[in-house]
Amino acid sequence: MLENEANPTFSKSTGLPRKRFYRARAHSNPLSDSHFPVPISPCHVDYSLHYPQFFSSSDQIDSSKKIQVCRYWDKVSEYVKERISALRVANPGQYQNISVVRTNSMKYIPNYFEKGQLSKMFFLFPDPHFKEKNHRRRVISTHLLDEYAYTLRVGGIIYTITDVEELGDWMKACLESHPMYEALTEEELEADPVVKLLSSATEEGQKVARNDGQTFQAIYRRIMPAI
Amino acid sequence: MEDTPIEEGETNKDIEVAPALIAVHPTQKSVAVAVGSDLRVFDLHGVSAVALVDDTSVPFHKDSIRAIHYSADGKLFVSAGDDKVVKVWSTESWRCICTVPSEKRVSAVALSHDGLHVCFADKFGVVWVVDLDGFDGNQTLVNKKAAPLLAHYCSIITSLEVSPDGRFVVSADRDFKIRVTLFPKKPLDGAHEIQSFCLGHTEFVSCLAFVFTPDYPQGFLVSGSGDSTVRLWDISSGSLLDTYEVAEKAGLLESNGTGEECNPAITDLCTFPDGTLIAVATQRQVIKPSLHLQGILLLSCDLSTRTLSIAKVVSITGEAFIPTSIRTSSSAGLLWMVTGVSNMHGFDQPSLARVRVISGSEKCSLSSPEHEPTVLEDNEIPGGDKLLEKLQGSVSVEENVFLAAAEAVKTAMSNLLVKKQYSTEKREFRKRTEMIEKIKSDKLLALTALSKLIL
Repeated sequence: MLENEANPTFSKSTGLPRKRFYRARAHSNPLSDSHFPVPISPCHVDYSLHYPQFFSSSDQIDSSKKIQVCRYWDKVSEYVKERISALRVANPGQYQNISVVRTNSMKYIPNYFEKGQLSKMFFLFPDPHFKEKNHRRRVISTHLLDEYAYTLRVGGIIYTITDVEELGDWMKACLESHPMYEALTEEELEADPVVKLLSSATEEGQKVARNDGQTFQAIYRRIMPAI
Repeated sequence: MEDTPIEEGETNKDIEVAPALIAVHPTQKSVAVAVGSDLRVFDLHGVSAVALVDDTSVPFHKDSIRAIHYSADGKLFVSAGDDKVVKVWSTESWRCICTVPSEKRVSAVALSHDGLHVCFADKFGVVWVVDLDGFDGNQTLVNKKAAPLLAHYCSIITSLEVSPDGRFVVSADRDFKIRVTLFPKKPLDGAHEIQSFCLGHTEFVSCLAFVFTPDYPQGFLVSGSGDSTVRLWDISSGSLLDTYEVAEKAGLLESNGTGEECNPAITDLCTFPDGTLIAVATQRQVIKPSLHLQGILLLSCDLSTRTLSIAKVVSITGEAFIPTSIRTSSSAGLLWMVTGVSNMHGFDQPSLARVRVISGSEKCSLSSPEHEPTVLEDNEIPGGDKLLEKLQGSVSVEENVFLAAAEAVKTAMSNLLVKKQYSTEKREFRKRTEMIEKIKSDKLLALTALSKLIL
């Protein structure tokens, strides 16, 4: 049961964790090796921890769609984890197909996901790392796009959004020049219901809208490279 | 305020201890040994030492050489290391035909089978490629710049290999990963298509090699690691075919059954040309100071069942000899080994090297288990004393110095490749001290700026 009264970090009305008790520093260092456990390979990932309804033992494989959130900051991971637990309790049977894992997705994506396992990847308001010497810490780069293309199936889609124009241009340039991605056409963007949610459904997107800011999206499809 | 980044591979500006390396020409025309910045080559055909010629802008190496390699056809030789240059040499004239600058220190090199491209990896995890177009004989290629081929995000790349059929380039890193990437038709545009990841090692991967025969031309990958295992992989799927745990066998090389845990890291491995035998060199585990048994493990690879098993344990007796690098030639069937180090502190001789050769390994297979490979005496090896004088240097070194060298190499490898596990308290302490240092230096900067304004 939720400990609403005892635990002030949870809101009394919605039963959901309150974000302001999970503040983190704005930046984190993806270069330093942290202390979270990393699975040796994708077949070592214990899905029963993340999706208990679908995986009662670790040898059950469920092929239906799941959502896995990868976050680097421990405070944010904690917040998301509490939020998912709270939502699962408040809405029985729902929110069973979403989970969070604390990891460095720039180094360990191949440890979690097999080749072509993912149908969609989302990079929402990533750290801009403004200084030129820090550009290599950006989560979208030509080299990292090789790894994301490995885990994304052919036809899978990568969604990126940011409120920082320079970063938006950078991400678009990386994707445009990469031989394994092609831009979605206007018609395809219109037809995809997820595209609108990027700016309207994320808390960061809503904050930007409240402040009358602009968002910059780059949405690309993973393709077979031309011979 | 951001954490001071812990950048792998670049923090230690002190001169590191570097292990000696050996490379053998495919038809054993020559043998090369690198000790520190010194590259020594012996011509086995003419039975004479080779005098290297280098009139490029940056002649010879100025810091420890970390990787050396002959091309598959033997026409070219590549050397690279801590002085941030990659040198390509012609093996006919032993002239340096090309010097390519690298942004970071180089940790591994590989050559494409057609000899047209050289790949090299730096300590930041980027693999670069340079084309050797325009080389038709002896003239120097100038202004060759490398283009990025692929990257392992912020991880030191320990080994680079090209598959026997030339289709894939394989890169291994200190974060236990092996990546198999399609070698593209236009390497300078980058290698973006990842074929597979070979995941399974539980410590840094230290060395890679391929086993292949005419029946299995694509071959299988063999890897050695700090986790004390040798693993066999199918690179098109990334699947682990077999694992050989060296620990118990290495115990055979040391004392018998003291019950001590024995998990020596694999330092080097190489395959014999017949495609079924793998020679493995490990670090030394000191169990008893009085016991100096050491040697090479010969593993047999059965390509039809895709398994690894022990064929022979070859002991090297009579002197302290823990190989830092081992290589075979495509002909001749000899296993060449070197032990050595450079930049060692506290001894009169900061650099030393010793070369030994094992013969008869190829005849030693599961079908004729009674055959014993032999460690050749100095006068039995090709090139004899002349070769040893050139490759080892003419100074005689005492046994305890070689033991100290082995320990120094082991410590250096561990410092570089094993991830430091800090306890939570130590981590917090490090963060706080780094923050205090930063505040102090910021204050100093501010004061200096202020004082300049006032004066």
